[in-house]
Amino acid sequence: MRAILLNRGIQALFVLLVIAGWMWATEVRGVSRLFLPPLDSVAASFQRLVSSGAFYEALKVTLSTVAQAYAIAVVSGILIGYLVSRSRFSTAVFEPVISGIFAIPLTLFFPLFILFLGVGVSSKIAYAALYSFFPVCLNTIAGLQSVEPRYIQAARSMGASSLEVFRHVQLPAAFPVLVNGLRVSFLICFAAVLGGEVLMSVEGLGRNISQSAESMNTASMYAWIVFVILTAFVLNMVVTFIENRAKEY
Amino acid sequence: MTPIDATGPSGILSRKALTQDQKVVYTRILVILGVVVFWEIAGRFLINPAFLAPPTHVVRALFTTIFASPEIRYAIWLALVEVTIAYALAVVVGIAIGLAVGITEPGRKAMFPIIVMIWVIPNITLLPLFMVVFGLGPVGKIAYAFSGGIFPIMVNVIAGMRNVNQLYVRGTQSMGGSRLDELRHVVFPNMVPSLFTGLRLGMIVTMLGVIASELYVSANGIGYYTRLYSEVYDPAPLFALILTLAVISITLNELVRLAERRFTRWRR
Repeated sequence: MRAILLNRGIQALFVLLVIAGWMWATEVRGVSRLFLPPLDSVAASFQRLVSSGAFYEALKVTLSTVAQAYAIAVVSGILIGYLVSRSRFSTAVFEPVISGIFAIPLTLFFPLFILFLGVGVSSKIAYAALYSFFPVCLNTIAGLQSVEPRYIQAARSMGASSLEVFRHVQLPAAFPVLVNGLRVSFLICFAAVLGGEVLMSVEGLGRNISQSAESMNTASMYAWIVFVILTAFVLNMVVTFIENRAKEY
Repeated sequence: MTPIDATGPSGILSRKALTQDQKVVYTRILVILGVVVFWEIAGRFLINPAFLAPPTHVVRALFTTIFASPEIRYAIWLALVEVTIAYALAVVVGIAIGLAVGITEPGRKAMFPIIVMIWVIPNITLLPLFMVVFGLGPVGKIAYAFSGGIFPIMVNVIAGMRNVNQLYVRGTQSMGGSRLDELRHVVFPNMVPSLFTGLRLGMIVTMLGVIASELYVSANGIGYYTRLYSEVYDPAPLFALILTLAVISITLNELVRLAERRFTRWRR
């Protein structure tokens, strides 16, 4: 507990130092406003985006994109992971292929999603779903592989169907590894949606950042970045909380 | 790479295990070939050619467009140079900061929470910022890729120095070793596997950084060509360009992996 408090204290101190450095650079050194606008103009811009409700529209678009992409990734990841793990042979055939594809920077394929699905939300859903599919699938395979085969045989010999074996033996045993994959894949999903929005889109949080950058409205860009960072911290806390609760269970 | 289930000492068993391994490899090749054939059929007959190019057309475009155009060759070359410089910077600075922070206990305690906090930020949100500050040329792309790639290296160096078995440290001390001996013979060797994990992850993140910034900037480089080909609905060169970059990424990844295997062999 004390260690956590100490960490939080150090982090708070660091944030204060960054703010102090920012003020020093803009007020004393006179860094160009185009690169680093004064803190009060960013604060004003931030206040405007909060009070005008502009954040709400963008946040809604981004979070609903994340939710849809994540749902696709989780369902398909667990399903394909399960199917691949049905036999040792298919695991040996497919697992290296799946982890090999994941080693390629999948951002490369982003232009294809734009070509197939356009600049709207759907290309971001598909792109983020593809990205976050891999950790779910790979962790499902790893988790199912770690299940003691004797338990499965015991359940089988007592007349359990495949579904019952999955529900009562494999899923509980693979759960900790799977939960880890679910957390990692959610964070990847969020980053991928933001990335897709920054690279090419018409709405969402990421789009607001790149749009303010393109119009050289730096104060607004910083305000949106601060907003996204706060969102990332909140999501991170929520996910860690859920993970800890799930592991207790 | 899957471990062979050689439970018995008999040669028969190990030969059987080997054919099993070969079966796995052949099945894998068959599956991949099947996907390529299906893609060819889909690209030729099923899907609108404005969106999907069959593999044969992609390979043709590779030679008629991608390798034939000096501009595209230059764009790919420039991206490769950007990855190299950004990665070299990330490795040198990342290891230096990692060592400086990780070498003392108070240093780790004070700096690690800060590094972790910055790491949580999805760094793609900072891409437009880097482009505003450093411009749309190679400098901005290198700076952005460096800013991402340095983190896994830093974190893994620090983590590697943290997880030292205290028994070895005390052993060195009781045998009259200085702090330098302790670092040279206990702390640094212990850090090596973790360091290479960091170097491998750092390579992936650096590459992601260069690719993302190349795609973000559509005025020049690879991003210009990807946008050009998508806008005129000419998928063959687009696929060929992406294929080239994927091959480059896989090669760079494998190089780092080879180095990792070479330098951590003594531990296994």
